Amino acid sequence: MLIRKAPDIASSEITPHSLYLNRRRFLQGAAAGAAMLAMPSIGSRLLADTPQKLQFSKWPGSTSEKQTPFNDITHYNNFYEFSTDKNGPATLAQNFRTRPWTVKVEGLVNKPKTFDIDDILKQNPLEERIYRHRCVEAWSMVIPWVGFPLANFLKQVEPNSKAKFVEFTTLWDPKQMPGENSSVLDWPYVEGLRLDEAMNPLAILAVGLYGQALPNQDGAPIRLVVPWKYGFKSIKSIVKIKLVDKQPVNTWYRSAPGEYGFYSNVNPNRDHPRWSQKTERRLDGAGFLGSGHRIPTQMFNGYGDQVASMYSGMDLIKNY
Amino acid sequence: MAMRIRWSKIAVFALCTAPFAWIVWRAFAQQLGADPVNEITHFTGDWTIRFLLITLAITPVRRLTRQYQLIQFRRMVGLFAFFYGCLHFLTWVVLDKVLALQALGDLHFGSLMQQMGLDIAKRRYITVGMIGLGLMVPLAITSTRGWIRRLGKRWQKLHRLIYFSAIAGVIHYFWLVKADTSLPRLYALIVAGLLGIRIVYWVQQRNRKQRASAPAAGAA
Ligand code: HEM
Repeated sequence: MLIRKAPDIASSEITPHSLYLNRRRFLQGAAAGAAMLAMPSIGSRLLADTPQKLQFSKWPGSTSEKQTPFNDITHYNNFYEFSTDKNGPATLAQNFRTRPWTVKVEGLVNKPKTFDIDDILKQNPLEERIYRHRCVEAWSMVIPWVGFPLANFLKQVEPNSKAKFVEFTTLWDPKQMPGENSSVLDWPYVEGLRLDEAMNPLAILAVGLYGQALPNQDGAPIRLVVPWKYGFKSIKSIVKIKLVDKQPVNTWYRSAPGEYGFYSNVNPNRDHPRWSQKTERRLDGAGFLGSGHRIPTQMFNGYGDQVASMYSGMDLIKNY
Repeated sequence: MAMRIRWSKIAVFALCTAPFAWIVWRAFAQQLGADPVNEITHFTGDWTIRFLLITLAITPVRRLTRQYQLIQFRRMVGLFAFFYGCLHFLTWVVLDKVLALQALGDLHFGSLMQQMGLDIAKRRYITVGMIGLGLMVPLAITSTRGWIRRLGKRWQKLHRLIYFSAIAGVIHYFWLVKADTSLPRLYALIVAGLLGIRIVYWVQQRNRKQRASAPAAGAA
């Protein structure tokens, strides 16, 4: 509720994002930042464009495939809350306010709690995990996320024995997210996982990429990353996580049930009605002359060893 | 006068090639963004439908503005619609189908034909796209002076196929978008307007003919 009201608060009442970043930098003892803070008016403007660096360890399971350039990860976004045009979010999300920000965790849990994003950042040791990211539209990237296991986060609220699924919700704030004024999708964006999927060690909440805080257009300040599923499952800019007993109705499923299922595991054997999922365009910055970088799509996006057992005995063509 | 026509034709020709020059330049300057194949597919699709609409707009515009000499550009603009349609189709064949088969290590003539055939049969947006492009083929072939003379009155009838090509293009667009139908709806509106105005012309012409023949009948 507080979040929905945020745009009504006079802008002078909230700490500007740039100042916030300054403070972080200052606390981190960045010499240049500290020097510039001596002249606040100049400093805040200069530092507004300087991304916040994150502290993290390196996760040993990262892929060594060629990483997608930062500029492509930040200028090719399916983030319909801002625009249906993939170039759109980079500009339209520029002034998106990610502070103050809270994530409310509720539902079938023993200890429901609303977390402040800065507490989340402090309390969860961050790791860099380089994952493959496969979009349902048959393109893929390799992205160095910074985040922490979703399981650790959920354990803090103690899901009870009735909890079977986890439902995630994106911020609903049409003043800040112009795409939410259109009816292309049912807002707010909702996604869901089975509880065991959410507890899988590969599922993370990401707060950064390329070592810095998530750019707004990539789902700042906190998003889900489930690398064995199509990208739209990895919901962005999360404000609510609810433990429930019934399978959530995720937004794309509601929009086109025959095209986007609840599971949406990457599966080369189950075509999208309009295109094949057997191969993918790996966007690794090679440009037009690298258009040939077409590669076969792997079952579970190559993460079968870690996730396939969750689906044993299930018909994954029917449960797409 | 003759000179002016020649120069204006060259200018229109240059304008029509501009999108092509633009995409080629961007390709070689690495300016196609993160996903070049997708960009080229969409760019060529956009210009195919735009040129179809411009072609359809020439007749109403020349009547409304009384710039009757505009007719001289119609064939060229129509042929450019076909040109961009062919580029769009080739993008699909080469940068989609060929590259996919190559990635799967199964690229040969038979597999390519099979994959294309399956897609055309299975995916309705491709089916209707093929119909749209297919209808343009006889129009492009019979666009020469020789064919115009040979076909006489039938030429005009044949070339009404472009209406269906445009309709197919719009349906294709409706069926391929994921959720946002705003652009296909806009194009549908424009096509409806351009075809609607032709119905008005047709009714007007019929009335005029009837009026012209009425006094003759009365005199008899
Ligand atoms: C009258 C003929 C055609 C017209 C007017 C046309 C027009 C278009 C338009 C406007 C788009 C969307 C562009 C955008 O979103 O910016 C498009 C996309 C596309 N067209 Fe066509 N097209 C035609 C024929 C074809 C044919 C013959 C094929 C292939 C056999 C084809 C394959 C495609 C594909 C693969 C896409 C991209 C679909 C996607 O992104 O999911 N089109 N076309």
